[in-house]
Amino acid sequence: MNIIVCLKQVPDTETQIKIGSDGKSIVTDDIKWVMNPYDEFGVEEALRLKEKHGGEVTVIGLGPKRVTESIRTALAMGADKGILVSDEALEGSDSLAHAKALAAAVKDTEYDLIFTGQRAVDDDLGIVGATVAELLGIPQLSLIVKVEVAEDGKSVKVERPIEGETLIITSTLPALITAQKGLNEPRYASLPGIMKAKKKPLAEKSLADLGLDSADFGTGARKLKILELTPPPGRQAGKIIEGETPQEKAAQLAKLLHEEAKVL
Amino acid sequence: MAQGVWIIAEQRDGEIRKISYELVSEGRRLADALGQDLTVVLLGSNVKEKAAEFGPYGADKVLVADDSRLSPYTTDAYVSVISQLVKANEPGILLLGASVEGKDLAGRLAARLDVAMAQDCTAFAVEDGNLVATRPIYAGKAYAKVTFENSWPQMATARPKVMSIREPDPSRSAEVVDASFTLDDAELKTKVVDVVKDESGKVDLTEADKIVSGGRGMKGPENYTILEALAAIIGASVGASRSAVDAGWRPHADQVGQTGKVVSPNLYVACGISGAIQHLAGMSTSKVIVAINKDEDAPIFQKADYGVVGDLFDVVPALTEEVKKYM
Ligand SMILES: Cc1cc2nc3c(=O)[nH]c(=O)nc-3n(C[C@H](O)[C@H](O)[C@H](O)COP(=O)(O)OP(=O)(O)OC[C@H]3O[C@@H](n4cnc5c(N)ncnc54)[C@H](O)[C@@H]3O)c2cc1C
Repeated sequence: MNIIVCLKQVPDTETQIKIGSDGKSIVTDDIKWVMNPYDEFGVEEALRLKEKHGGEVTVIGLGPKRVTESIRTALAMGADKGILVSDEALEGSDSLAHAKALAAAVKDTEYDLIFTGQRAVDDDLGIVGATVAELLGIPQLSLIVKVEVAEDGKSVKVERPIEGETLIITSTLPALITAQKGLNEPRYASLPGIMKAKKKPLAEKSLADLGLDSADFGTGARKLKILELTPPPGRQAGKIIEGETPQEKAAQLAKLLHEEAKVL
Repeated sequence: MAQGVWIIAEQRDGEIRKISYELVSEGRRLADALGQDLTVVLLGSNVKEKAAEFGPYGADKVLVADDSRLSPYTTDAYVSVISQLVKANEPGILLLGASVEGKDLAGRLAARLDVAMAQDCTAFAVEDGNLVATRPIYAGKAYAKVTFENSWPQMATARPKVMSIREPDPSRSAEVVDASFTLDDAELKTKVVDVVKDESGKVDLTEADKIVSGGRGMKGPENYTILEALAAIIGASVGASRSAVDAGWRPHADQVGQTGKVVSPNLYVACGISGAIQHLAGMSTSKVIVAINKDEDAPIFQKADYGVVGDLFDVVPALTEEVKKYM
């Protein structure tokens, strides 16, 4: 079983976001970068499938050199090799373009299954998995919480919770799965794992290496145009309910929810 | 020239889902702003009789694709049919719901049509004839206003429960048209082999009007009965913070937040939840937020419309008694 995991590096979820002077981007100084949390579920699932069915796990990241750290983290968790797609021309590209570069990098690798996160927690767009699958002409199984690969390695059975129901879906392989919370608990990279990761192969590829034209990337080629970033709409500091006893406070709260907020 | 506003309706087992009415209402507003028509696209099996439901909400036309292979939803079948309809009719704007199904469909459809897509939007506007979408990014720590460049149709999904449903006008009706499309079985690589219904009867958090949520302050799984008692009286669903889910007190499906569900109920009651940034990410578009926490400095109070500083084990049962007066 050959499995590919696409991963993205995103600002740590604790990061306070500052909007840049252009009003269209964020200030990236002092940001701590981490592997997108949903991609961690993808890496973990790939490792579990490899442990069960054998084969190899390849991690593909895209972005500036610092993304190497996240690829190394995945290698330290147990992935076998990494590919970093890095090119100055990628700067400012939208997700559609990123997916095109990832798909090009995947094409040259043998695979039965691809994992991506269901979305990245920076732009929260959730389009890369579907686009990669479309460009490769393979089915996508998105927002998945359980994966079972058939003994013969030719098909997969997954679970997708939708509102109030869970769908059990089967698909031929190769296929692309987007990972969702509930799929697994990602492992931590062990110290021996970290040592081993340093010796694992990690190739770097430019857009030209992938046979892509850099004119199709970057800010100028964006189809989703950012007009403006703003801080979230502020919520008015609310009322602290006064009262001597919990009963008094509860009575006051219920009254306000009924009369003022009109939600009861 | 691309022209007209389209919304993709969502149905399950032949029942139109609420998000569809939110989309029709919003679609009508945008169509009026552009002076164009609003078309609802309805896919499914034996769904044609439902088409009439959209007229009173503002649809001018309902395009129905009826085929036994269109129920239940599969990405392969829906993307194939809708992309054919889009190519044949060239709508200017295409809106879907940011539900599980809508997000799956929108992603693949955008890829098939090679267009940009704005996911999980909380507001739409028309500026210079173009769709401008507002969407929370970085888990709601910033809002992005986006538009589209050399990309038709202009495609976006709407966060459930954020956009309001207009008052239906029973005198309005829509023209119902059979869509023409082809569907080749060879395209259908995935198959829904089973549907397991959630028997709890609880409304999914993303669709709930009210949510009572409990965090680490609940101290253990058995104490959720006090939240369930309140929820039962006010008609709420019960949610949880990640701490409660990771502790094994509640199922993953109950988690609200950055890696859990994004919810927008009319009322969100956070009990024993500190209000970590990742939790706020999932519930900050709630209309009214109540926090019950014994720590007066808990960050949740900064976001709450109403805060009660106190022990939830006293306050919640007292609140359950008090709300009975108003139900
Ligand atoms: C990558 C990443 C993703 C994450 N995603 C999510 C997510 O999706 N959702 C999420 O919720 N978190 C998420 N988190 C975790 C988040 O950072 C917090 O750890 C979590 O939200 C805290 O949960 P809590 O508020 O229940 O617990 P705590 O922070 O421990 O707060 C418990 C609160 O209960 C109060 N309390 C205790 N006893 C009582 C009592 N008797 N009466 C009243 N109040 C009481 C305390 O004062 C305290 O404020 C994520 C973290 C990371 C790193």
